[in-house]
Amino acid sequence: MEKQATRDAYGKALAELGELHQDVVVLDADLSKSTKTADFAKAFPERFINAGIAEQNMIGMAAGLAASGKVVFASSFAMFAAGRAFEIVRNSLAYTRLNVKICATHAGITVGEDGGSHQSVEDIALMRSLPNMTVEVPADGSSARLALHALYDRPGPAYLRLGRPSVPTIYPADMDYEIGRAIELRSGKDATLIGCGIMVARCLEAAEQLSRQGIELSVVDMHTIKPLDEEMIIRKARETGAILTAEEHSIIGGLGSAVCETVCAHYPVPVFRMGLNDVFGQSGSPEELMQYYGLTTDKIMENIQLLLKTK
Amino acid sequence: MKEINDLALQTVQEKAKLLRQDIIRMLGQSGSGHTGGSLSAADIVACLYFWEMNVDAANPGWEDRDRFVLSKGHGAPVLYAALAEKGFFPREQLATLRKLGSPLQGHPDMRKLSGVEASTGSLGQGISWAVGMAMAARLDNRNHRIYTLLGDGELEEGLVWEAVMAAGYHHLDQLLAIVDYNGLQIDGRLSDVMSPEPIADKFRAFNWNVLEIDGHDCRQIMEAFNAARQIKGAPTAIVAHTVKGKGCSFMENRVEWHGTAPNQEQMEKARVELGK
Repeated sequence: MEKQATRDAYGKALAELGELHQDVVVLDADLSKSTKTADFAKAFPERFINAGIAEQNMIGMAAGLAASGKVVFASSFAMFAAGRAFEIVRNSLAYTRLNVKICATHAGITVGEDGGSHQSVEDIALMRSLPNMTVEVPADGSSARLALHALYDRPGPAYLRLGRPSVPTIYPADMDYEIGRAIELRSGKDATLIGCGIMVARCLEAAEQLSRQGIELSVVDMHTIKPLDEEMIIRKARETGAILTAEEHSIIGGLGSAVCETVCAHYPVPVFRMGLNDVFGQSGSPEELMQYYGLTTDKIMENIQLLLKTK
Repeated sequence: MKEINDLALQTVQEKAKLLRQDIIRMLGQSGSGHTGGSLSAADIVACLYFWEMNVDAANPGWEDRDRFVLSKGHGAPVLYAALAEKGFFPREQLATLRKLGSPLQGHPDMRKLSGVEASTGSLGQGISWAVGMAMAARLDNRNHRIYTLLGDGELEEGLVWEAVMAAGYHHLDQLLAIVDYNGLQIDGRLSDVMSPEPIADKFRAFNWNVLEIDGHDCRQIMEAFNAARQIKGAPTAIVAHTVKGKGCSFMENRVEWHGTAPNQEQMEKARVELGK
Protein backbone atom coordinates (compact mmCIF):
# COMPACT_ATOMS: atom_id res chain seq x y z
CA MET A 1 0.00 0.00 0.00
CA GLU A 2 1.22 3.46 -0.88
CA LYS A 3 2.12 5.67 2.06
CA GLN A 4 2.60 9.37 2.59
CA ALA A 5 2.70 11.64 5.62
CA THR A 6 -0.07 14.24 5.66
CA ARG A 7 2.56 16.92 6.37
CA ASP A 8 4.40 15.94 3.16
CA ALA A 9 1.20 16.23 1.15
CA TYR A 10 0.57 19.59 2.81
CA GLY A 11 3.98 20.93 1.85
CA LYS A 12 3.49 20.02 -1.80
CA ALA A 13 -0.08 21.32 -1.90
CA LEU A 14 0.99 24.59 -0.31
CA ALA A 15 3.51 25.17 -3.10
CA GLU A 16 0.68 24.43 -5.60
CA LEU A 17 -1.51 27.03 -3.89
CA GLY A 18 1.32 29.55 -4.03
CA GLU A 19 1.53 29.04 -7.77
CA LEU A 20 -2.24 29.40 -8.21
CA HIS A 21 -2.86 32.35 -5.92
CA GLN A 22 -0.75 35.47 -5.50
CA ASP A 23 -2.45 36.37 -2.21
CA VAL A 24 -1.14 33.32 -0.37
CA VAL A 25 1.40 34.13 2.35
CA VAL A 26 2.99 31.43 4.50
CA LEU A 27 4.33 31.80 8.02
CA ASP A 28 6.36 29.36 10.05
CA ALA A 29 8.07 29.40 13.42
CA ASP A 30 11.50 27.90 12.78
CA LEU A 31 10.14 24.49 11.84
CA SER A 32 9.78 24.83 8.09
CA LYS A 33 11.78 21.71 7.31
CA SER A 34 9.58 19.66 9.62
CA THR A 35 6.24 21.26 8.79
CA LYS A 36 7.23 21.14 5.09
CA THR A 37 6.52 24.79 4.43
CA ALA A 38 10.11 24.84 3.18
CA ASP A 39 8.83 23.82 -0.28
CA PHE A 40 6.76 27.00 -0.46
CA ALA A 41 9.59 29.08 1.02
CA LYS A 42 11.93 27.87 -1.71
CA ALA A 43 9.46 28.59 -4.51
CA PHE A 44 8.12 31.91 -3.17
CA PRO A 45 10.68 33.37 -0.77
CA GLU A 46 9.12 36.84 -0.86
CA ARG A 47 5.81 35.43 0.39
CA PHE A 48 7.31 33.32 3.16
CA ILE A 49 7.90 34.84 6.58
CA ASN A 50 9.78 33.00 9.25
CA ALA A 51 8.55 34.25 12.63
CA GLY A 52 11.37 32.54 14.43
CA ILE A 53 10.58 30.68 17.64
CA ALA A 54 7.72 33.04 18.47
CA GLU A 55 4.40 31.35 17.78
CA GLN A 56 2.28 34.01 19.47
CA ASN A 57 3.70 36.69 17.23
CA MET A 58 3.37 34.39 14.23
CA ILE A 59 -0.39 34.28 14.82
CA GLY A 60 -0.58 38.02 15.56
CA MET A 61 1.32 38.86 12.37
CA ALA A 62 -0.91 36.44 10.47
CA ALA A 63 -3.90 38.46 11.67
CA GLY A 64 -2.34 41.70 10.46
CA LEU A 65 -1.55 40.17 7.08
CA ALA A 66 -5.05 38.74 6.75
CA ALA A 67 -6.58 42.09 7.75
CA SER A 68 -4.61 43.47 4.79
CA GLY A 69 -6.14 41.00 2.35
CA LYS A 70 -3.68 38.11 2.43
CA VAL A 71 -4.70 34.47 2.72
CA VAL A 72 -2.35 33.29 5.41
CA PHE A 73 -1.20 29.75 6.13
CA ALA A 74 0.66 29.57 9.45
CA SER A 75 2.48 26.43 10.46
CA SER A 76 4.16 25.03 13.51
CA PHE A 77 3.81 21.90 15.58
CA ALA A 78 0.28 21.43 16.94
CA MET A 79 1.55 21.86 20.49
CA PHE A 80 2.70 25.41 19.81
CA ALA A 81 0.27 26.55 17.11
CA ALA A 82 -2.84 25.47 19.01
CA GLY A 83 -1.44 25.29 22.52
CA ARG A 84 1.05 28.04 23.13
CA ALA A 85 -0.67 30.54 20.85
CA PHE A 86 -4.21 29.61 21.89
CA GLU A 87 -5.36 32.94 23.23
CA ILE A 88 -3.93 34.78 20.23
CA VAL A 89 -5.76 32.33 17.95
CA ARG A 90 -8.92 32.94 19.95
CA ASN A 91 -8.88 36.73 20.03
CA SER A 92 -6.98 37.60 16.86
CA LEU A 93 -8.36 34.95 14.49
CA ALA A 94 -11.57 33.32 15.70
CA TYR A 95 -13.13 36.41 17.28
CA THR A 96 -12.33 38.42 14.16
CA ARG A 97 -13.14 35.73 11.54
CA LEU A 98 -9.88 36.54 9.76
CA ASN A 99 -8.69 34.43 6.87
CA VAL A 100 -5.86 32.52 8.50
CA LYS A 101 -5.35 28.78 8.23
CA ILE A 102 -3.38 27.26 11.06
CA CYS A 103 -1.70 24.22 9.57
CA ALA A 104 -0.35 22.28 12.49
CA THR A 105 1.88 19.28 11.99
CA HIS A 106 3.25 16.72 14.45
CA ALA A 107 -0.13 16.40 16.12
CA GLY A 108 -0.84 13.54 18.48
CA ILE A 109 1.43 10.88 19.94
CA THR A 110 3.01 9.84 16.64
CA VAL A 111 5.44 12.69 17.13
CA GLY A 112 7.19 9.77 18.79
CA GLU A 113 10.58 10.03 20.43
CA ASP A 114 10.36 13.74 21.33
CA GLY A 115 7.94 12.67 24.05
CA GLY A 116 4.92 13.95 25.90
CA SER A 117 5.97 17.61 25.97
CA HIS A 118 5.63 17.70 22.19
CA GLN A 119 2.63 15.43 21.71
CA SER A 120 -0.50 17.52 21.40
CA VAL A 121 -3.52 15.45 22.39
CA GLU A 122 -5.82 18.36 23.21
CA ASP A 123 -5.55 20.58 20.13
CA ILE A 124 -8.81 19.40 18.53
CA ALA A 125 -10.63 20.16 21.77
CA LEU A 126 -9.12 23.62 21.97
CA MET A 127 -9.80 24.54 18.36
CA ARG A 128 -13.26 23.00 18.29
CA SER A 129 -14.35 25.16 21.21
CA LEU A 130 -13.83 28.36 19.23
CA PRO A 131 -16.73 29.97 17.36
CA ASN A 132 -16.03 30.54 13.62
CA MET A 133 -13.21 27.97 13.55
CA THR A 134 -13.19 25.19 10.97
CA VAL A 135 -11.35 22.07 12.12
CA GLU A 136 -10.02 19.56 9.60
CA VAL A 137 -8.24 16.30 10.37
CA PRO A 138 -7.37 14.55 7.09
CA ALA A 139 -6.76 10.82 7.04
CA ASP A 140 -4.18 10.59 4.29
CA GLY A 141 -2.03 12.52 1.85
CA SER A 142 -4.68 12.77 -0.86
CA SER A 143 -7.29 14.22 1.44
CA ALA A 144 -4.77 16.51 3.15
CA ARG A 145 -4.02 18.08 -0.23
CA LEU A 146 -7.69 18.46 -1.08
CA ALA A 147 -8.45 19.84 2.37
CA LEU A 148 -5.85 22.55 1.87
CA HIS A 149 -7.31 23.59 -1.47
CA ALA A 150 -10.81 23.54 0.03
CA LEU A 151 -9.66 25.70 2.93
CA TYR A 152 -8.27 28.29 0.53
CA ASP A 153 -11.73 28.49 -1.04
CA ARG A 154 -13.44 28.88 2.32
CA PRO A 155 -12.82 32.31 3.86
CA GLY A 156 -12.31 32.43 7.61
CA PRO A 157 -10.12 30.88 10.24
CA ALA A 158 -9.34 27.18 10.15
CA TYR A 159 -7.23 24.56 11.86
CA LEU A 160 -5.71 21.80 9.73
CA ARG A 161 -4.33 18.94 11.82
CA LEU A 162 -1.46 17.06 10.23
CA GLY A 163 0.75 14.20 11.30
CA ARG A 164 4.41 13.37 11.28
CA PRO A 165 4.57 9.72 10.15
CA SER A 166 3.69 8.18 6.81
CA VAL A 167 0.18 6.81 6.69
CA PRO A 168 -1.53 4.56 4.15
CA THR A 169 -3.08 6.40 1.21
CA ILE A 170 -6.80 5.66 1.27
CA TYR A 171 -8.12 7.99 -1.39
CA PRO A 172 -7.45 8.63 -5.05
CA ALA A 173 -6.00 12.05 -5.84
CA ASP A 174 -9.18 13.23 -7.57
CA MET A 175 -11.79 12.25 -4.99
CA ASP A 176 -14.73 14.47 -4.03
CA TYR A 177 -13.82 16.32 -0.88
CA GLU A 178 -16.06 18.77 0.85
CA ILE A 179 -15.44 20.47 4.18
CA GLY A 180 -18.19 19.50 6.59
CA ARG A 181 -19.25 16.39 4.68
CA ALA A 182 -18.06 13.14 6.23
CA ILE A 183 -17.13 10.24 3.97
CA GLU A 184 -18.81 6.88 4.42
CA LEU A 185 -16.09 4.45 3.40
CA ARG A 186 -17.96 1.29 4.21
CA SER A 187 -21.53 0.48 4.99
CA GLY A 188 -22.50 -2.20 7.50
CA LYS A 189 -25.44 -2.64 9.86
CA ASP A 190 -23.91 -3.86 13.13
CA ALA A 191 -22.10 -0.74 14.34
CA THR A 192 -20.32 2.32 13.00
CA LEU A 193 -16.67 3.21 13.32
CA ILE A 194 -16.09 6.93 13.13
CA GLY A 195 -12.47 7.92 12.86
CA CYS A 196 -10.32 10.87 11.95
CA GLY A 197 -6.73 11.27 10.88
CA ILE A 198 -4.42 8.31 11.27
CA MET A 199 -7.21 6.19 12.81
CA VAL A 200 -9.33 6.04 9.66
CA ALA A 201 -7.07 3.47 7.98
CA ARG A 202 -7.12 1.39 11.16
CA CYS A 203 -10.91 1.54 11.34
CA LEU A 204 -11.09 0.31 7.75
CA GLU A 205 -8.74 -2.55 8.47
CA ALA A 206 -10.68 -3.57 11.58
CA ALA A 207 -13.94 -3.50 9.62
CA GLU A 208 -12.46 -5.72 6.91
CA GLN A 209 -11.19 -8.26 9.41
CA LEU A 210 -14.44 -8.33 11.37
CA SER A 211 -16.38 -8.75 8.18
CA ARG A 212 -14.69 -12.13 7.80
CA GLN A 213 -16.18 -13.05 11.18
CA GLY A 214 -19.62 -11.99 10.03
CA ILE A 215 -19.69 -8.59 11.77
CA GLU A 216 -20.59 -5.85 9.31
CA LEU A 217 -19.45 -2.40 10.28
CA SER A 218 -19.89 1.02 8.75
CA VAL A 219 -16.77 3.18 8.58
CA VAL A 220 -16.95 6.96 8.47
CA ASP A 221 -14.06 9.34 7.90
CA MET A 222 -15.03 12.38 9.98
CA HIS A 223 -12.36 14.60 8.49
CA THR A 224 -14.19 17.77 9.49
CA ILE A 225 -14.62 18.01 13.24
CA LYS A 226 -16.19 21.44 12.87
CA PRO A 227 -18.64 22.14 11.32
CA LEU A 228 -19.58 18.58 12.26
CA ASP A 229 -21.57 16.42 9.85
CA GLU A 230 -24.31 15.75 12.37
CA GLU A 231 -26.61 14.37 9.73
CA MET A 232 -24.19 11.54 9.03
CA ILE A 233 -23.75 10.77 12.73
CA ILE A 234 -27.50 10.70 13.38
CA ARG A 235 -28.13 8.55 10.31
CA LYS A 236 -25.44 6.05 11.32
CA ALA A 237 -26.71 6.01 14.92
CA ARG A 238 -30.17 5.17 13.61
CA GLU A 239 -28.98 2.59 11.08
CA THR A 240 -26.45 0.75 13.27
CA GLY A 241 -27.39 1.54 16.88
CA ALA A 242 -23.82 1.75 18.18
CA ILE A 243 -20.79 3.90 17.46
CA LEU A 244 -17.10 3.59 18.16
CA THR A 245 -14.99 6.69 17.74
CA ALA A 246 -11.23 6.55 17.18
CA GLU A 247 -8.82 9.47 17.32
CA GLU A 248 -5.18 10.15 18.06
CA HIS A 249 -6.24 12.68 20.68
CA SER A 250 -7.61 12.77 24.18
CA ILE A 251 -11.05 11.22 24.56
CA ILE A 252 -11.97 14.51 26.22
CA GLY A 253 -13.12 17.24 23.88
CA GLY A 254 -12.23 15.79 20.51
CA LEU A 255 -14.02 13.68 17.90
CA GLY A 256 -15.45 11.27 20.48
CA SER A 257 -16.90 14.09 22.51
CA ALA A 258 -18.34 15.75 19.42
CA VAL A 259 -20.05 12.52 18.38
CA CYS A 260 -21.40 11.96 21.90
CA GLU A 261 -22.81 15.49 22.03
CA THR A 262 -24.63 14.85 18.77
CA VAL A 263 -26.09 11.46 19.57
CA CYS A 264 -27.07 12.53 23.09
CA ALA A 265 -29.04 15.44 21.70
CA HIS A 266 -30.59 13.72 18.70
CA TYR A 267 -30.49 9.91 18.79
CA PRO A 268 -28.90 8.34 21.88
CA VAL A 269 -27.00 5.12 21.22
CA PRO A 270 -23.99 3.58 23.03
CA VAL A 271 -20.71 5.23 22.04
CA PHE A 272 -17.28 3.78 22.75
CA ARG A 273 -14.55 6.42 22.60
CA MET A 274 -11.03 5.37 21.69
CA GLY A 275 -8.20 7.82 22.19
CA LEU A 276 -5.86 8.86 24.95
CA ASN A 277 -7.67 8.20 28.21
CA ASP A 278 -6.92 11.51 29.93
CA VAL A 279 -3.17 10.93 29.99
CA PHE A 280 -0.13 12.53 28.39
CA GLY A 281 2.09 10.70 25.94
CA GLN A 282 5.76 9.76 26.31
CA SER A 283 8.83 8.92 24.27
CA GLY A 284 8.84 5.88 22.00
CA SER A 285 8.56 5.07 18.33
CA PRO A 286 5.24 6.14 16.81
CA GLU A 287 4.04 2.57 16.37
CA GLU A 288 5.14 1.53 19.86
CA LEU A 289 3.16 4.43 21.24
CA MET A 290 0.08 3.57 19.21
CA GLN A 291 0.32 0.04 20.65
CA TYR A 292 0.94 1.27 24.20
CA TYR A 293 -2.04 3.61 24.17
CA GLY A 294 -4.25 1.06 22.45
CA LEU A 295 -4.81 2.86 19.16
CA THR A 296 -4.52 -0.25 16.99
CA THR A 297 -6.65 -2.28 14.63
CA ASP A 298 -6.71 -5.14 17.18
CA LYS A 299 -7.96 -2.84 19.92
CA ILE A 300 -10.71 -1.51 17.67
CA MET A 301 -11.83 -5.09 17.02
CA GLU A 302 -11.70 -5.90 20.73
CA ASN A 303 -13.66 -2.80 21.70
CA ILE A 304 -16.27 -3.42 19.04
CA GLN A 305 -17.02 -6.78 20.66
CA LEU A 306 -17.55 -4.97 23.98
CA LEU A 307 -19.68 -2.33 22.32
CA LEU A 308 -21.88 -4.86 20.55
CA LYS A 309 -22.71 -6.45 23.92
CA THR A 310 -24.19 -3.15 25.08
CA LYS A 311 -26.56 -2.87 22.13
CA MET B 1 7.88 66.92 5.83
CA LYS B 2 4.54 68.41 6.83
CA GLU B 3 4.60 71.99 8.06
CA ILE B 4 3.49 72.47 11.65
CA ASN B 5 1.88 75.89 11.57
CA ASP B 6 -0.24 77.63 14.17
CA LEU B 7 -3.48 76.62 12.52
CA ALA B 8 -2.55 72.93 12.48
CA LEU B 9 -1.46 73.11 16.08
CA GLN B 10 -4.59 74.92 17.16
CA THR B 11 -6.74 72.38 15.30
CA VAL B 12 -5.25 69.32 16.99
CA GLN B 13 -5.37 71.00 20.38
CA GLU B 14 -9.05 71.74 19.93
CA LYS B 15 -9.68 68.19 18.74
CA ALA B 16 -7.84 66.80 21.76
CA LYS B 17 -10.09 68.87 24.01
CA LEU B 18 -13.14 67.58 22.18
CA LEU B 19 -11.94 63.99 22.52
CA ARG B 20 -11.52 64.49 26.26
CA GLN B 21 -15.02 65.92 26.57
CA ASP B 22 -16.42 62.99 24.60
CA ILE B 23 -14.48 60.47 26.69
CA ILE B 24 -15.90 61.84 29.94
CA ARG B 25 -19.44 61.94 28.56
CA MET B 26 -19.25 58.43 27.08
CA LEU B 27 -17.81 56.88 30.19
CA GLY B 28 -20.23 58.71 32.42
CA GLN B 29 -23.10 57.39 30.33
CA SER B 30 -21.79 53.84 30.20
CA GLY B 31 -21.00 53.70 33.90
CA SER B 32 -17.87 51.63 33.34
CA GLY B 33 -14.68 51.75 31.30
CA HIS B 34 -11.12 53.00 31.31
CA THR B 35 -11.02 56.74 31.89
CA GLY B 36 -7.42 57.43 32.89
CA GLY B 37 -5.71 55.74 29.93
CA SER B 38 -8.18 57.22 27.44
CA LEU B 39 -7.43 60.73 28.66
CA SER B 40 -3.66 60.20 28.67
CA ALA B 41 -3.76 59.23 24.98
CA ALA B 42 -6.07 62.04 23.81
CA ASP B 43 -3.36 64.38 22.48
CA ILE B 44 -1.57 61.56 20.66
CA VAL B 45 -4.77 60.26 19.08
CA ALA B 46 -5.86 63.78 18.12
CA CYS B 47 -2.53 64.38 16.35
CA LEU B 48 -2.85 61.04 14.56
CA TYR B 49 -6.40 61.43 13.28
CA PHE B 50 -6.49 65.19 12.73
CA TRP B 51 -3.04 65.83 11.36
CA GLU B 52 -0.91 62.78 10.61
CA MET B 53 -2.97 59.97 9.15
CA ASN B 54 -4.49 59.61 5.74
CA VAL B 55 -7.90 57.99 6.25
CA ASP B 56 -11.26 58.43 4.56
CA ALA B 57 -14.46 57.79 6.51
CA ALA B 58 -16.40 57.59 3.24
CA ASN B 59 -14.11 54.80 2.05
CA PRO B 60 -12.98 52.91 5.14
CA GLY B 61 -11.65 49.99 3.08
CA TRP B 62 -9.42 52.16 0.87
CA GLU B 63 -6.31 50.06 0.36
CA ASP B 64 -3.78 52.88 0.61
CA ARG B 65 -5.13 54.30 3.87
CA ASP B 66 -2.91 54.62 6.89
CA ARG B 67 -3.81 52.16 9.65
CA PHE B 68 -4.10 52.79 13.35
CA VAL B 69 -4.09 49.83 15.73
CA LEU B 70 -5.02 50.62 19.31
CA SER B 71 -2.90 47.95 20.94
CA LYS B 72 -3.97 49.23 24.37
CA GLY B 73 -7.54 48.31 23.45
CA HIS B 74 -8.94 49.39 26.81
CA GLY B 75 -8.43 52.95 25.60
CA ALA B 76 -11.33 52.34 23.21
CA PRO B 77 -13.23 55.53 24.20
CA VAL B 78 -10.51 57.82 22.82
CA LEU B 79 -10.52 55.87 19.54
CA TYR B 80 -14.32 55.95 19.30
CA ALA B 81 -14.38 59.69 19.96
CA ALA B 82 -11.83 60.26 17.19
CA LEU B 83 -13.63 58.00 14.70
CA ALA B 84 -16.97 59.68 15.37
CA GLU B 85 -15.42 63.11 14.90
CA LYS B 86 -13.85 61.88 11.66
CA GLY B 87 -17.29 60.80 10.48
CA PHE B 88 -16.93 57.01 10.51
CA PHE B 89 -20.23 56.76 12.39
CA PRO B 90 -22.78 59.19 13.86
CA ARG B 91 -21.73 60.95 17.04
CA GLU B 92 -24.98 59.87 18.75
CA GLN B 93 -23.65 56.32 18.79
CA LEU B 94 -21.03 57.34 21.32
CA ALA B 95 -23.79 57.22 23.92
CA THR B 96 -24.16 53.46 23.37
CA LEU B 97 -20.65 52.61 24.62
CA ARG B 98 -20.60 49.21 26.33
CA LYS B 99 -24.36 48.77 25.99
CA LEU B 100 -25.90 45.50 24.78
CA GLY B 101 -25.94 45.36 20.99
CA SER B 102 -23.74 48.43 20.54
CA PRO B 103 -20.99 48.45 17.92
CA LEU B 104 -18.95 50.33 20.53
CA GLN B 105 -17.77 47.31 22.46
CA GLY B 106 -15.83 47.59 25.69
CA HIS B 107 -12.75 46.89 23.61
CA PRO B 108 -12.56 47.68 19.87
CA ASP B 109 -14.21 45.18 17.50
CA MET B 110 -13.27 45.60 13.84
CA ARG B 111 -16.29 43.56 12.75
CA LYS B 112 -18.75 45.82 14.52
CA LEU B 113 -17.52 49.36 13.98
CA SER B 114 -16.35 51.17 10.85
CA GLY B 115 -12.86 52.61 11.11
CA VAL B 116 -11.62 50.10 13.67
CA GLU B 117 -8.66 48.38 12.01
CA ALA B 118 -8.05 45.65 14.56
CA SER B 119 -9.93 43.90 17.34
CA THR B 120 -7.75 44.51 20.34
CA GLY B 121 -7.97 44.48 24.09
CA SER B 122 -5.97 41.40 24.92
CA LEU B 123 -2.65 43.17 25.40
CA GLY B 124 0.28 42.64 23.09
CA GLN B 125 -1.76 41.47 20.13
CA GLY B 126 -2.25 44.87 18.51
CA ILE B 127 1.41 45.54 17.87
CA SER B 128 1.74 42.02 16.51
CA TRP B 129 -1.07 42.78 14.02
CA ALA B 130 0.61 46.08 13.16
CA VAL B 131 3.82 44.23 12.29
CA GLY B 132 1.82 41.93 9.99
CA MET B 133 0.12 44.95 8.40
CA ALA B 134 3.49 46.60 7.76
CA MET B 135 4.72 43.39 6.17
CA ALA B 136 1.64 43.26 3.94
CA ALA B 137 2.16 46.88 2.89
CA ARG B 138 5.74 46.13 1.93
CA LEU B 139 4.73 42.96 0.04
CA ASP B 140 2.25 45.00 -1.98
CA ASN B 141 4.63 47.92 -2.54
CA ARG B 142 2.26 50.32 -0.85
CA ASN B 143 3.49 53.39 0.96
CA HIS B 144 0.87 53.81 3.66
CA ARG B 145 1.98 53.78 7.27
CA ILE B 146 0.94 51.67 10.23
CA TYR B 147 0.56 53.29 13.64
CA THR B 148 0.06 51.48 16.89
CA LEU B 149 -0.46 52.82 20.39
CA LEU B 150 0.72 50.73 23.32
CA GLY B 151 0.19 51.12 27.01
CA ASP B 152 3.26 51.19 29.19
CA GLY B 153 1.96 48.35 31.34
CA GLU B 154 1.30 46.48 28.11
CA LEU B 155 5.06 46.33 27.61
CA GLU B 156 5.10 43.67 30.32
CA GLU B 157 3.52 41.23 27.85
CA GLY B 158 6.08 38.92 26.23
CA LEU B 159 4.27 39.07 22.89
CA VAL B 160 5.11 42.78 22.60
CA TRP B 161 8.80 41.95 22.44
CA GLU B 162 8.31 39.12 19.96
CA ALA B 163 6.63 41.65 17.71
CA VAL B 164 9.26 44.33 18.38
CA MET B 165 12.00 41.84 17.51
CA ALA B 166 10.30 40.94 14.23
CA ALA B 167 9.75 44.58 13.22
CA GLY B 168 13.36 45.50 13.94
CA TYR B 169 14.73 42.47 12.15
CA HIS B 170 12.59 43.14 9.09
CA HIS B 171 13.45 46.88 9.02
CA LEU B 172 9.77 47.84 8.91
CA ASP B 173 10.12 51.59 8.48
CA GLN B 174 6.41 51.99 7.68
CA LEU B 175 5.65 51.07 11.29
CA LEU B 176 5.42 53.58 14.10
CA ALA B 177 4.75 52.47 17.67
CA ILE B 178 3.82 54.98 20.34
CA VAL B 179 4.05 54.14 24.03
CA ASP B 180 1.56 55.99 26.22
CA TYR B 181 3.90 56.19 29.18
CA ASN B 182 1.65 57.34 31.99
CA GLY B 183 3.45 55.25 34.62
CA LEU B 184 0.39 53.57 36.12
CA GLN B 185 -1.18 50.16 35.72
CA ILE B 186 -4.13 48.52 37.47
CA ASP B 187 -2.26 47.38 40.56
CA GLY B 188 -0.26 50.58 41.02
CA ARG B 189 2.79 52.37 39.67
CA LEU B 190 4.76 50.44 37.07
CA SER B 191 7.80 50.95 39.24
CA ASP B 192 6.01 49.13 42.07
CA VAL B 193 4.44 46.35 39.99
CA MET B 194 6.80 45.37 37.15
CA SER B 195 8.84 48.06 35.53
CA PRO B 196 9.62 47.63 31.85
CA GLU B 197 12.42 50.23 32.11
CA PRO B 198 14.65 51.04 30.37
CA ILE B 199 11.97 51.26 27.68
CA ALA B 200 13.85 53.31 25.07
CA ASP B 201 16.93 51.13 25.41
CA LYS B 202 14.86 48.00 24.89
CA PHE B 203 13.48 49.30 21.59
CA ARG B 204 16.97 50.42 20.53
CA ALA B 205 18.36 47.00 21.35
CA PHE B 206 15.82 45.54 18.91
CA ASN B 207 17.09 47.91 16.18
CA TRP B 208 14.35 50.51 16.42
CA ASN B 209 14.73 54.24 16.07
CA VAL B 210 13.50 55.83 19.33
CA LEU B 211 12.18 59.29 20.16
CA GLU B 212 11.16 60.50 23.60
CA ILE B 213 8.64 63.30 23.91
CA ASP B 214 6.06 64.93 26.11
CA GLY B 215 2.91 63.14 25.02
CA HIS B 216 0.72 66.14 25.82
CA ASP B 217 2.72 68.66 23.78
CA CYS B 218 1.06 68.50 20.38
CA ARG B 219 3.93 70.26 18.67
CA GLN B 220 6.35 67.65 19.98
CA ILE B 221 4.02 64.86 18.90
CA MET B 222 3.74 66.27 15.38
CA GLU B 223 7.48 66.86 15.15
CA ALA B 224 8.07 63.27 16.20
CA PHE B 225 5.68 62.03 13.49
CA ASN B 226 7.58 64.11 10.96
CA ALA B 227 10.93 62.82 12.18
CA ALA B 228 9.72 59.20 12.05
CA ARG B 229 8.74 59.57 8.39
CA GLN B 230 12.31 60.46 7.55
CA ILE B 231 13.75 57.30 9.08
CA LYS B 232 14.40 54.59 6.52
CA GLY B 233 15.35 51.02 7.28
CA ALA B 234 14.02 50.85 10.83
CA PRO B 235 10.71 51.15 12.65
CA THR B 236 10.31 54.06 15.04
CA ALA B 237 9.09 54.01 18.62
CA ILE B 238 7.91 57.19 20.29
CA VAL B 239 8.06 56.98 24.06
CA ALA B 240 5.46 59.58 24.96
CA HIS B 241 5.55 60.70 28.57
CA THR B 242 1.97 61.28 29.65
CA VAL B 243 -0.19 61.79 32.70
CA LYS B 244 -2.93 59.29 33.38
CA GLY B 245 -6.25 61.09 33.57
CA LYS B 246 -4.77 64.19 31.89
CA GLY B 247 -7.18 67.13 31.80
CA CYS B 248 -9.21 66.32 34.91
CA SER B 249 -7.26 67.46 37.94
CA PHE B 250 -8.91 65.00 40.30
CA MET B 251 -8.08 62.07 38.03
CA GLU B 252 -4.51 62.97 37.12
CA ASN B 253 -1.89 60.47 38.22
CA ARG B 254 -4.39 58.54 40.28
CA VAL B 255 -4.32 54.81 39.75
CA GLU B 256 -7.95 54.34 40.81
CA TRP B 257 -8.98 56.07 37.57
CA HIS B 258 -7.52 53.26 35.45
CA GLY B 259 -10.74 51.32 35.14
CA THR B 260 -13.33 53.60 36.70
CA ALA B 261 -15.99 55.74 35.06
CA PRO B 262 -17.05 59.09 36.51
CA ASN B 263 -20.37 59.42 38.35
CA GLN B 264 -22.74 62.34 37.73
CA GLU B 265 -21.00 64.69 40.13
CA GLN B 266 -17.55 63.82 38.81
CA MET B 267 -18.80 64.28 35.24
CA GLU B 268 -19.92 67.79 36.07
CA LYS B 269 -16.62 68.59 37.71
CA ALA B 270 -14.72 67.24 34.71
CA ARG B 271 -16.97 69.15 32.34
CA VAL B 272 -16.13 72.41 34.06
CA GLU B 273 -12.42 71.68 33.84
CA LEU B 274 -12.58 70.58 30.20
CA GLY B 275 -14.59 73.63 29.24
CA LYS B 276 -17.88 72.13 28.12
